[in-house]
Amino acid sequence: MQKQATKDGSARTPVLSVQDVSYWYGNKHALDDVSFDVYPGKVTALLGPNGAGKTTLFSLITRLFDAPSGRIEIDGRSAADWGFKALGPLGVVFQQPTLDLDLTVKQNLRYFASLRGLKRKDADERMASALTALDMNERIGEKVRSLNGGHRRRVEIARGLLHSPKLLLLDEPTIGLDDPTRAAIVRHIHELARRDNIGVLWATHLFDEIEPDDDLIVLSKGRVVARGEAKEVVKETGAKDLGEAFRRLIGGDAGEDVAV
Amino acid sequence: MTFMHYVRAFRGIVWRELLRFLQQRERFFAALVRPLIWLIIFAAGFRAALGISIIPPYETYITYDVYITPGLLAMIQLFNGMQSSLSMVYDREMGSMRVLLTTPLPRWFLLVARLFAGVLVSLFQVYTFLAVAWLCGVELPAWGYLVALPALILTGMMFGALGMVLSSTIKQLENFAGIMNFVIFPMFFASSALYPLWKMREGSLILYYVCLYNPFTWAVELIRFSFYLKMNWEAFGVVGGCTVVFLALSVWAYDPSRGIQQRKAVAPAAAG
Repeated sequence: MQKQATKDGSARTPVLSVQDVSYWYGNKHALDDVSFDVYPGKVTALLGPNGAGKTTLFSLITRLFDAPSGRIEIDGRSAADWGFKALGPLGVVFQQPTLDLDLTVKQNLRYFASLRGLKRKDADERMASALTALDMNERIGEKVRSLNGGHRRRVEIARGLLHSPKLLLLDEPTIGLDDPTRAAIVRHIHELARRDNIGVLWATHLFDEIEPDDDLIVLSKGRVVARGEAKEVVKETGAKDLGEAFRRLIGGDAGEDVAV
Repeated sequence: MTFMHYVRAFRGIVWRELLRFLQQRERFFAALVRPLIWLIIFAAGFRAALGISIIPPYETYITYDVYITPGLLAMIQLFNGMQSSLSMVYDREMGSMRVLLTTPLPRWFLLVARLFAGVLVSLFQVYTFLAVAWLCGVELPAWGYLVALPALILTGMMFGALGMVLSSTIKQLENFAGIMNFVIFPMFFASSALYPLWKMREGSLILYYVCLYNPFTWAVELIRFSFYLKMNWEAFGVVGGCTVVFLALSVWAYDPSRGIQQRKAVAPAAAG
């Protein structure tokens, strides 16, 4: 785990530390010695084409399956040592929609709140505040089935924030959404990270979701090929923008999977 | 994780299952109509054809519809257990299983809570069926309706745990129909639900042993005895043992480090 110096000189402890993590599906190397940190108050973009290993990495961080090698620490707690308890400070928005379509927004959120041990009154207050921030409070009584894709995503983000996590994982949360909705979600998450000091790990393959000050990890064929602030990565590669930097970094692996 | 966290999570899981059940009225009616057809049509036809001798727990002659009622209760619970497993496969395919499995609570607890929620749903179906059966003239000993409750909880747990094991092996929702055909019907027919075991023995010794080693038989007998305020320890042992084994298997299957939920991770040396 590496501490990062802040502008005032104090050291910051990462809220997520991934060290030397490897994973194989049979003979296929899905992740190869992956290491990086995510810091509070910052959005860390995990950029890579489809099949780069982003979803595998998310499955390991969320303990859907265990990492056979390497170490993952969430807020200083290793999943290997703490088991399920390590997941406490974690909020997740999976790539695949995970809301119960036949329940209302409120019922979905209440269910999640109970899984996180929140009291009913406390949960209702947090629910109202999270949905209001995402312009969804008026839809609270509607069944999820009646919501469009963008609204469902907002509900999932609200759900991921309900228990005030220190670390928010977003696995390509804007997939299939129109540009204005996408832009609104990107803006909201960046504001949220700064305001509430949440560390965000955002897996994406869309360059325009990454701000110059965001931390960036470029993943290709299961390996980290670059990391640092997005603007620094662009500078180091001598490219004129992130798209060009990315193509230089991963060579032929970009294909058509990654887009502006 | 405080004690209240466990309580709230348990309540939340049960509440969600009940909500889903209440919204699936067709599921409720199907669960009710299926055994009622057996009771009203099948049992009426067999009442005259099949004589039931006095065997434990009965102390007098009984009608065939009274005989098959415990088997039909077990059938309701078996269907419900499979329905729960279908719902777990559905949740896995739809992604909502991930929300449950990334909760900071032990997997065994989450699975037991889910299992218990399914048992509650099955009890609701069982007692509704018993009420309709009573209206149709099938009366069991009055105290039996209460005394059988712990037995019904245990048998419901066994079928639910079996469903969980099956759900962990089913990769796609489309494969579920096959499992239903290969599990539900053989378990039901090769048991003491429709005929006493001695009757089976008269017909075929092999079939008799198949029925004897079928956990469904013991679930039926546990329910049957408990309705007559009697304890069948052998049945209790088999049902309890199977519940523990099925539950342990499902906890193993859903464990992130070992189970079949994990896609095969191979160490570098082994991977070559």
